[in-house]
Amino acid sequence: MCGIVGLFLKNDALSPRLGDMLTDMLITMTDRGPDSAGIAIYGEGAEGVKVTVQSEAPATDFPGLDTALAAELGVPVTMKVVDTHAVLVVPEAQEAAAVAALEARGLRLMGVGQRMEIYKETGLPKDVAARFGIRAMGGTHGIGHTRMATESAVTTLGAHPFSTAEDQCLVHNGSLSNHNQMRRVLAKEGFHTRTENDTEVGATYISYRIAKGASLGEALEGSLKDLDGFFTFVTGTRDGFGVVRDPIACKPAVLAETEDYVAFASEYRALADLPGIEAAKVWEPEPATVYFWER
Amino acid sequence: MDKTPRTEPRQSWTFSRETNAEIRRAAETGIYDIRGGGSKRRLPHFDDLLFLGASMSRYPLEGYREKCDTSVVLGTRFAKKPIELKIPITIAGMSFGALSGPAKEALGRGASLAGTSTTTGDGGMTEEERGHSEKLVYQYLPSRYGMNPDDLRRADAIEVVVGQGAKPGGGGMLLGQKITERVAGMRDLPIGIDQRSACRHPDWTGPDDLEIKILELREITNWEKPIYIKVGGARPYYDTALAVKAGADVVVLDGMQGGTAATQDVFIENVGQPTLACIRPAVQALQDLGMHRKVQLVVSGGIRNGADVAKALALGADAVSIGTAALIALGDNDPKWEGEYQKLGTTTGAYDDWHEGRDPAGITTQDPELMKRLDPIEGGRRLRNYLNVMTLECQTLARACGKSHVHNLEPEDLCALTMEAAAMTQVPLAGTNWWPGKGGF
Amino acid sequence: MQTIDMGTTELREVNSALQAAAKAQANEEYVIENPRGSHALAVGLDGTLSVRVKGPTGYYTAGMNKLATVTVEGSAGPGVAENMMSGTVVIEGDASQYAGATGRGGLLVIKGNASSRCGISMKGIDIVVHGNIGHMSAFMAQRGTLVVLGDAGDALGDSLYEARLFVRGSVKSLGADCVEKEMRPEHIELLKDLLARAGADAKPEEFKRYGSSRKLYNFNIDHADEY
Repeated sequence: MCGIVGLFLKNDALSPRLGDMLTDMLITMTDRGPDSAGIAIYGEGAEGVKVTVQSEAPATDFPGLDTALAAELGVPVTMKVVDTHAVLVVPEAQEAAAVAALEARGLRLMGVGQRMEIYKETGLPKDVAARFGIRAMGGTHGIGHTRMATESAVTTLGAHPFSTAEDQCLVHNGSLSNHNQMRRVLAKEGFHTRTENDTEVGATYISYRIAKGASLGEALEGSLKDLDGFFTFVTGTRDGFGVVRDPIACKPAVLAETEDYVAFASEYRALADLPGIEAAKVWEPEPATVYFWER
Repeated sequence: MDKTPRTEPRQSWTFSRETNAEIRRAAETGIYDIRGGGSKRRLPHFDDLLFLGASMSRYPLEGYREKCDTSVVLGTRFAKKPIELKIPITIAGMSFGALSGPAKEALGRGASLAGTSTTTGDGGMTEEERGHSEKLVYQYLPSRYGMNPDDLRRADAIEVVVGQGAKPGGGGMLLGQKITERVAGMRDLPIGIDQRSACRHPDWTGPDDLEIKILELREITNWEKPIYIKVGGARPYYDTALAVKAGADVVVLDGMQGGTAATQDVFIENVGQPTLACIRPAVQALQDLGMHRKVQLVVSGGIRNGADVAKALALGADAVSIGTAALIALGDNDPKWEGEYQKLGTTTGAYDDWHEGRDPAGITTQDPELMKRLDPIEGGRRLRNYLNVMTLECQTLARACGKSHVHNLEPEDLCALTMEAAAMTQVPLAGTNWWPGKGGF
Repeated sequence: MQTIDMGTTELREVNSALQAAAKAQANEEYVIENPRGSHALAVGLDGTLSVRVKGPTGYYTAGMNKLATVTVEGSAGPGVAENMMSGTVVIEGDASQYAGATGRGGLLVIKGNASSRCGISMKGIDIVVHGNIGHMSAFMAQRGTLVVLGDAGDALGDSLYEARLFVRGSVKSLGADCVEKEMRPEHIELLKDLLARAGADAKPEEFKRYGSSRKLYNFNIDHADEY
């Protein structure tokens, strides 16, 4: 049970302000999710892939991590440390080896992408946004989430967004009712989840469908048939932004579109400060209907 | 004559006489069995716990002289006007419609004499009840029958009903016989129809929306009234935690033995967790959030006597609530009506067709003639006596454990008689310091 | 006329002021600026007060309204005028889901569209929507009138009781037990009055009426699929 925000820019002039706008939207959704918050932001592309990891003990885990990983993989590695998170850039061919090496050190994988970075922690949205300096981040699009945990623990790994494939992320408001069964089905196909969280199953399902050749739109259509329960999903890909609600569509959702951006929020309040919102087209996504924007 | 020994005719355990009768009834009518009351199957219950009592290591209090306080304050978290009760036993929500007007009046009289609260139900607030209840909790239900801001402000607390123990996740159905002119008028329904009740609230879904709903209710009532959230015992840890996060002042947790006016038997007997199993996880959730005793926990579902009350409090509840027991105190299923129960094809103690409105005791009915059988003043006196006995019993046990307030009872004052009860409550099995799942012996 | 700026005034203060003014029955006028999607705004009013909200609101605007007139110059969030008793609520933009839920009286006018579950469980309120309404509207609606100048979404009037539904445009699908019914002179009169009070430019004759076929009123095994 949660608050969702999302912003997909059509006008590059707004790019430097992406993090700033998303932060305000996220903080407005605090009441819907005071347990944890997270954000996925699609920024500059890197020379390789960015691997975002989180540590409980960043002061001991991160210093020298880049050189150690570089030595282990035999390739150059760069690192940016942001509070409890580190974004390591490795050559694409070394992605799997890098993830394995980082997880072997007890670091928690937040996500992998050419453009996507994920920051999430327990705590109030304003504190989470501040410790990562999200306001200063630029980019083309981003998705944020405030969480009121339902049936899984309040932990960093239980926070959204969930990323289960390169440059893909998903946030969710609602509660899935067949996620345990789906988790077993996906595991049989080789798509394993890391948490007990229902949303991660939704994210993994989308990644699974895309890996099997579906487009994001087709994967979201599939979720309407294969996932049961209540959900509003907002997803990000390298160049795209998608929204889908379950057929019953009880959980709130508002979309706004101008010539400059597409914005999503669980409540209008989160959109109230966006530039030009007074003149925007504002509507509620229809049930069982996939909305998708691509750059 | 053949002298060969014969096999005794043997009834099947699986296909018992009772089961077969139900199959025949279903085949004949095409509708599931609807009845009132809570689960009738044997469930682990408070009987499976015992108090340890004081002896050498602890000192008991002297009965009748050394005080053992029973007062409880509900709604201390946000409400400007919390509810102060003399005893830790309240009357659970039961609707006008399910119960007669005089029955609601009797509940109000008895509860007020004993210093506790009553609760409305799925049918709005009646004058019988408001007029005779010193403290009245107004239920806010999915149907919103009779809901209005004046009654909201006349209430002493508001109970947002998310679910009940007899049917977590279910709506309701009140058959046509009881939708009389007055009931229909209060519910804005046509007379004599089967009333179908929704299982979800019409204008919110989930704790994130509920938080906003609670804001609205508080804004309408000037932040005075305690807001309770009532849940059926299903996933008590998460449900309690989410009720707290949504902004509850009080969590009401109704276990599987909790009653209902009318629900499918299959629902009553197959959904939810026994009351005994619900308390520990709920208390754990409150403790994990640092809210134990700050957000009060009221437990209901099969509370019968002072021992049940004391055990629920020892497991961490702040108060309990009674429904079925209160009706029995008023005279429900009384042996003096046995002849009439027989005519209805049932017997004393088994009568549960409350939804049919033919209650010989005149309690669960809207029939004007039957209603006269319950004298609300006498009923109120009986309920007060019963509440007083339960309170005295609870105090007796608490004193024996050396407590000057019943809230100082704790799980460590208990032992469990069965492995099941030990596992469900994490109270050690009698004679050990162990419960299933705990390391060491 | 009093003006309150929500940029500088807390919700509790705003509602306290409005509730006190309503109680005084003085026919005062209040303008609320910068609502910025606030929840539970102008709720529990009980008296002849006029409130004009300059901008979009959040959940439960004008909830449980009695006698007062509340106008939102913008869109309203979920559950606008929920359980309204009397008075008038006008939304100049769109309304989110559950508009007029369980309303017992008064008039709710939505000049834009209303999304899903408009008039859910309504118990006597009159609702006029100038635009379209979403799915599951008038679910379990008991009494009152829902008038839609545009189109209705899926499952209109599912499990309907005695509420009257009028739709000018198309109905995507009817819910269980909801059927089209004949328009009689009294319905034309009823519509004429409601359309006029709602400032709606439409002719009563253009509407179709929908109501309960009352097949679910008493259980019948042949209708078990509809439950």
